[in-house]
Amino acid sequence: MENAFGQPQSVVVLGGTSDIARAVVRKLCAARAEVVVLAGRDPGRLAEAAREAEEYGATRTEVVLVDAADPASAGPAVAAAFDAIGGPVDLVIVAVGALGDQSDFEDDPAEAARMITVNMTWPVAALTAVRTRLLAQGHGRVLVITSVAAVRVRRSMYLYAGAKAGLDRLCQGMSDSLVGTGVRLQLVRPGFVRTKMTGGQKEAPFTTGPNEVAEYVVRGLSTNAPVIWSPPVLRYLFVVVRHLPAALWRRVADL
Amino acid sequence: MTRLAGWGRTPAATASVVAPASEDEVVELLARGPLCARGLGRSYGDAAQLAGGTVADLTGLDEIGPIDESGGVTLGAGASIDALLAVSLPQGWFVPVTPGTRQVTLGGAVAADVHGKNHHRDGSFAAHVDGLRLATPRGVFDLSAAVDPDLFWATVGGMGLTGVLTRVRLRLLRVESDVVLVDTDRYDDLDAVMAAMVEGDERYRYSVAWVDCTARGARTGRAVLTRGDHAPAGATPPRAPRAGRLGVPVVAPPGLLNRLSVRAFNEAWFRRAPRHALEEPHSLGAFFHPLDGVADWNRLYGPRGFVQYQFVVPDAAGDTVRHVVERLARSGLVSFLAVLKRFGPGDPGPLSFPMAGWTLALDLPVGADSLPAELDALDELVLRAGGRVYLAKDARLAPAKVAAMYPRLEEWRAVRARVDPEGVLVSDLARRLHLVGR
Repeated sequence: MENAFGQPQSVVVLGGTSDIARAVVRKLCAARAEVVVLAGRDPGRLAEAAREAEEYGATRTEVVLVDAADPASAGPAVAAAFDAIGGPVDLVIVAVGALGDQSDFEDDPAEAARMITVNMTWPVAALTAVRTRLLAQGHGRVLVITSVAAVRVRRSMYLYAGAKAGLDRLCQGMSDSLVGTGVRLQLVRPGFVRTKMTGGQKEAPFTTGPNEVAEYVVRGLSTNAPVIWSPPVLRYLFVVVRHLPAALWRRVADL
Repeated sequence: MTRLAGWGRTPAATASVVAPASEDEVVELLARGPLCARGLGRSYGDAAQLAGGTVADLTGLDEIGPIDESGGVTLGAGASIDALLAVSLPQGWFVPVTPGTRQVTLGGAVAADVHGKNHHRDGSFAAHVDGLRLATPRGVFDLSAAVDPDLFWATVGGMGLTGVLTRVRLRLLRVESDVVLVDTDRYDDLDAVMAAMVEGDERYRYSVAWVDCTARGARTGRAVLTRGDHAPAGATPPRAPRAGRLGVPVVAPPGLLNRLSVRAFNEAWFRRAPRHALEEPHSLGAFFHPLDGVADWNRLYGPRGFVQYQFVVPDAAGDTVRHVVERLARSGLVSFLAVLKRFGPGDPGPLSFPMAGWTLALDLPVGADSLPAELDALDELVLRAGGRVYLAKDARLAPAKVAAMYPRLEEWRAVRARVDPEGVLVSDLARRLHLVGR
């Protein structure tokens, strides 16, 4: 069960090898998390993340193998993860995503479709299954990691950002649909984060590391803010960004 | 579905609330599935809620029987101390033990084995209970310290997890007036007030100190000690009782109680207290339940709520109290007036909180990033001193520490298993601290 600070005891992570998810899990395990189930594609990296969770205090970890390129795998993966917890699930973190360098694949229809699948279709399928299970349980919390890139889509990464935008908006509606049910969905919108996913990319203003994101996320668990910005100042910056004229946005977006 | 929370307003739970009107209906509910009993919701944490489950609101079992000539009275477990006093005070009877609010049910008072300002002399609530009626999945039992003492004591302080209390038989205290004569003393540091309590508490029925946890340096732990007893017949009441109550209409904005405002309040409150005053008449309400005058005062802490941290350490570990107060003053965490009290010996309840020693209670608003870890550090200090925290206040203890703080937990579990082998009785507190099987 969650405590007074929103700290969970049982956690499911979809996208368990994500650097941001791992940083959050480390903090949660150092607090009250006891059982952690990590779902992802790479068995080696999942095992490493599970070992890390135990080092930080988890008493039991389990791993579920799943490939986010196949939306049909989402439902069974969520079922397997909840079964592996073996009791109430306090928190589900959705951290699945892929970025890459868009110029490498923007002329490839199959790759474009894959970007949308991994960043939006699979997470939505998974969230649908998570929502049903948490509603049946009568309590629980979902954190969906999108991006500030979803607030205003940049030309250099419109496939990633567009998919995240779809996920982000959809989750706003899903979050509203959960009011009064005891289940809560919160969005996490980090700015540029130094991770393996963004490796080699040019850093943007207000760049942080995964641990800072995790700090804001843990704070967000206690405040119940519907959107957790990381760093928080981006919330105000993006009020401006969202309203910039297109011509100006094109000039500043990829500075 | 209803949104529930404890008095600290966090964590919240959405649950299906049912309101049984009789013991028979309670028995029916117990046969249906997992159940959590709730009274007036004055536990600070998650003791009286069950997220996603069924919560039985017992305030409908509120009958108050006649008071016999020795002060014995039988009440429905959902009757409140407030309602009882409305009937008993005009007849010259007061509750033998009262917590800081009269808005608690008798069932809740037993389940948390509450204590008051007279614990050093009169013990906790259970010491004045002549009998209990407890509905369990294995039947309804009439219990007392003589009849099935194991189940009686497991129920006292058992946080509602041994069954649903339906009736409580209580022995009241004879009073000649509704006035308390109070001696007040102000001390500039913690050592001085603690020495005064060790030296003089035995001369008073009631004793409690309010400690300023925001004062630093030489004034760390400065305190106002109030001690007294019921006035004899004919005592002049201080002034006409207030007709209305103040209220906090909506949830206050976060940060209303910040470091500055709390420091200013504590300063004003300390200055306002006389350095030394003898036998000043106070009304019962002002002395025992000062915060009851402000309805919903818990909303002052804003939408994130607050936690109350209350611990007890043995007499010999008075140093731990000082360490805690010093740590808090240094940490810069906002802590409203803290309450310090000396307990007498505890009772045989395996999960009953009081033990001979010092207890300190602190209200801390949720919001500071450092608060969760700071409280974990305080737990370590308390454990090392052989102390424990109060489950009725808890919303954040690490489950691994419960057995160390309550070493008779297994004994309690065995008694509970006798009347609830399937684990029907449950609460978020029980699930969070793994008090009952997972």
